[in-house]
Amino acid sequence: MTTEVRIPDISEGVTEGTVISLLVAVGDDVELDQSLLELETDKAIVAIPSPAAGKVASIEVAEGDSVAVGAVILKLEAGAMAAATSGAEAGDAQVEPSSPEKVVEEAAPPDAATADAAVAATAASAPIQPTPDAVTATAGMPPDSPAPDPAESGPIADVAPAAPSVRRLARELGVDINVVPGNGPHGRISAEDVREFVKQTMTTSGSGGTYIATGAPASDRKTTAGTTRAGSIPGADDLPDFTRWGGVIREPLHKVREITAAAMSHAWHTVPQVTQYDEADITEVEEFRRAHNQKLGDRETKLTMTAILLKFAAVALQEFPQFNASLDWPRRELVMKQYIHIGVAVDTDHGLLVPVIRDIDQKGIEQLATELTEIAARARERRVNPAELEGGNFTISNLGGIGGRAFSPIVYPPQVAILGVSRARTEPVWHNNEFRPRLIMPLSLTYDHRVIDGADGARFLSWLCEALKQPLLLAMKG
Amino acid sequence: MTDKPTESPANKAHVDPTRNSQADVLVIGGGPGGYSAAFHAADLGLQVTLVDPEDNPGGVCLYRGCIPSKALLHVAKTLTEAAEAASYGVIFAKPQLNLHEMRSWKDNIVGQLTQGLGQLVQKKKIHHIRGRARFLDAGRVVIEQEDHKSEWVFSHAIVATGSRPIALPGFPSFSPRIMNSTIALELADVPKSLLVVGGGYIGLELGTVYAALGTKVTVVEMMPNILPGVDKDLVSVLKRRLDNVFADILVRTRVQALKEQKNGIQATLVDKDGHERRRLFHKVLIAVGRVPNSGELGLANTRIVKDDRGFIRVDGQRRTHEPNIFAIGDVAGEPMLAHKATHEGRVAAAAIAGRKVVFEPRAIPAVVYTDPEIAWCGLTQTEAQQQKRKIKVGKIPWGASGRALTMGRNTGLTKIIIEPESERLLGVGLAGPGAGELIAEGALALEMGAVAEDLRLTIHPHPTLSETVMEAAETLFKPR
Repeated sequence: MTTEVRIPDISEGVTEGTVISLLVAVGDDVELDQSLLELETDKAIVAIPSPAAGKVASIEVAEGDSVAVGAVILKLEAGAMAAATSGAEAGDAQVEPSSPEKVVEEAAPPDAATADAAVAATAASAPIQPTPDAVTATAGMPPDSPAPDPAESGPIADVAPAAPSVRRLARELGVDINVVPGNGPHGRISAEDVREFVKQTMTTSGSGGTYIATGAPASDRKTTAGTTRAGSIPGADDLPDFTRWGGVIREPLHKVREITAAAMSHAWHTVPQVTQYDEADITEVEEFRRAHNQKLGDRETKLTMTAILLKFAAVALQEFPQFNASLDWPRRELVMKQYIHIGVAVDTDHGLLVPVIRDIDQKGIEQLATELTEIAARARERRVNPAELEGGNFTISNLGGIGGRAFSPIVYPPQVAILGVSRARTEPVWHNNEFRPRLIMPLSLTYDHRVIDGADGARFLSWLCEALKQPLLLAMKG
Repeated sequence: MTDKPTESPANKAHVDPTRNSQADVLVIGGGPGGYSAAFHAADLGLQVTLVDPEDNPGGVCLYRGCIPSKALLHVAKTLTEAAEAASYGVIFAKPQLNLHEMRSWKDNIVGQLTQGLGQLVQKKKIHHIRGRARFLDAGRVVIEQEDHKSEWVFSHAIVATGSRPIALPGFPSFSPRIMNSTIALELADVPKSLLVVGGGYIGLELGTVYAALGTKVTVVEMMPNILPGVDKDLVSVLKRRLDNVFADILVRTRVQALKEQKNGIQATLVDKDGHERRRLFHKVLIAVGRVPNSGELGLANTRIVKDDRGFIRVDGQRRTHEPNIFAIGDVAGEPMLAHKATHEGRVAAAAIAGRKVVFEPRAIPAVVYTDPEIAWCGLTQTEAQQQKRKIKVGKIPWGASGRALTMGRNTGLTKIIIEPESERLLGVGLAGPGAGELIAEGALALEMGAVAEDLRLTIHPHPTLSETVMEAAETLFKPR
């Protein structure tokens, strides 16, 4: 049984219209109220709904045709669809019902995948001649599943409502924008929301301080877009009111401090760290250093203890390659790096920066001193590229110039170890039958206990102390 | 004497090992993707070498694509508007066409823009090499210049070699009579008749140019619609006008044969029912698509992977399977649009500089510069249908727009697509004069995560075409 479908009375005064698009084809099963075609009239574009469920037997008009009210537009064969599924909200609102088109493969939401890729990619530095290890390091983000073509990709409403600048900020802070609760209208996420989220995540994910963790866990704060968040403004009641005890001034965190705070917090919460202490007799090394520097002209770069330590540490890393590694826990792999890049902590007016000196195994101490002096100067003037702060396998933090007897540095993941250097001083050392004045430099080595055992930590540090005492060891191995 | 292949001059003799040949960042290709990658990398403090065959950067977009075609479309617009002015009482004499002037005007624009880029290359201290690069492995290329070859070592490379028009399978290569877009843009003459094979945007834009100049243009398209994939209601606005501008638009039709004759090209066309007919055209323009230029790059010497269409596979940072090599623009996948390449180029450069960046646009606007223009961004209605995604659509025809009517035009369409529950904007589609300029509002709204209410509450100037965006949003709130 076929039914003729005609152009209905659309509204007063409208007698005809132009067919601008046909939304069904012959053979399609249509539901009651499904839009059949769109008609442009003098006043508006209207979708003509189907008066019944059925199968389209024939279509009597073409796109571009002018048709009068009452004209037949298509014929329906009734009864083809036994059970009409849920009625679509048709009519004025023009809700598009799903049509029996071919199923398009679901593309993975681009954000989660790409954000991970970004982090993985920046963590892995790309060498000139990629080694097999470098490949494994980046294989976590294989281009085999490239981010879906954005033009064809999926559902925009499923990705977080955040402006491009806010998305960039989140990426820089290593936050997945899709899990950040938005406080703006319709759940829109502001830069403030991202910063707040980082703060919350840090205070609730571990030790925190006694003052802080009074708020609900971050997971409880996640709310769906558009709904009101329960409770007070997070962070507002986390600190006591200091003004009760005196005046305060509030200063916004500058960028370096913000990043340092996030990185240190991450390191503290993720890496089980052990620190070992030892002392190196650097009497001879220091004598050599002073003598060398006295011979230098005013313009030549002075040899520093840190430059010397870079070389010693490099040889130690070659001797103990597990210190030159990173842990890839999800893949249950150790990433053994075939290059020796070491970061040096530099104290600057705007905070701690750690420029990385590269390929130390291929350079002499003289060149290392030149490079280090140059990059440290640039770091203080804030003229280093972000790329120069990345790719380090190990870090040296030398506080000897400032003072202190010993300290426990924090490992900077994905590195697995860091060397702390304190101020050297002359001490009496028992030798044969007498005390002798020796210059003693305290060293502290913090390492990731997941990767490095205590015995290895002790061996590494003893080797380093022994080498500093007897520099010929370098030539034996290096 | 026997030949030793390794000793052949083509392999070795011309490689000059004495040259200083090391690059931090080697950019291969100087189109909008390549030059913006090079500029951005240089701005980030990296030492950049740019390899491109032309004198100045510019690529297809400036030399043989976007820019020259837009110049010629402006000529077409002037002609069309002058002719249509008769309807409101302004009657011009029949225009006289000076093709030589037209060409040099267009070429001057191209020259001005590309020379400007050349100056930027110098200013940014980018080493520009005229030549073509081929990978030897993931750390070395050989660069072929006019008179010699040299070997270069790089830390990072960005492949931005673009795409080229494809020929019809089984048909003669391109000639002055069987043109591709490059030849058509040279505007050698105004043929009496032109067969445009392919109803995509390139064919329709160039067809519009030639039709305005006086050519009888016939378009054939294999699919049931011109601009396949674009929302039908938008296309319908264009189609109604093109029906008058073009001699014929034959859909569901394919070209079976093209034969060069003395007086033109004999084309055998087959319609959907299998009926053949022969037609004679003075010229033919093949505009059936573009393919990525990934074949002659020596990719086999690396671990870079291509898909079955020849696009280089990349991750979100545009990194290939070689971690130190990136690919951007047409060679890295659809959509093949200059502004997508530009954005990708900046992402790749920043990634190399160690920044945490990802290419994750919410919207890449697309514009067809026909008359009327068609533009869209974000989700289209067609895609929503394919994904069986529930959407709500607000539409406003331009018939009631004061601005459209005062421009002598009454056809056009603005629609906005939203997510029914959150009312979040998912896509914008436009058809009408100036649609390409209007779409930017949609792109910004999508990037900012706007909802329909935002568009509705934003005051738009009156009378303008941009008001239709606000009005389309308004329709979504009308009481039933």
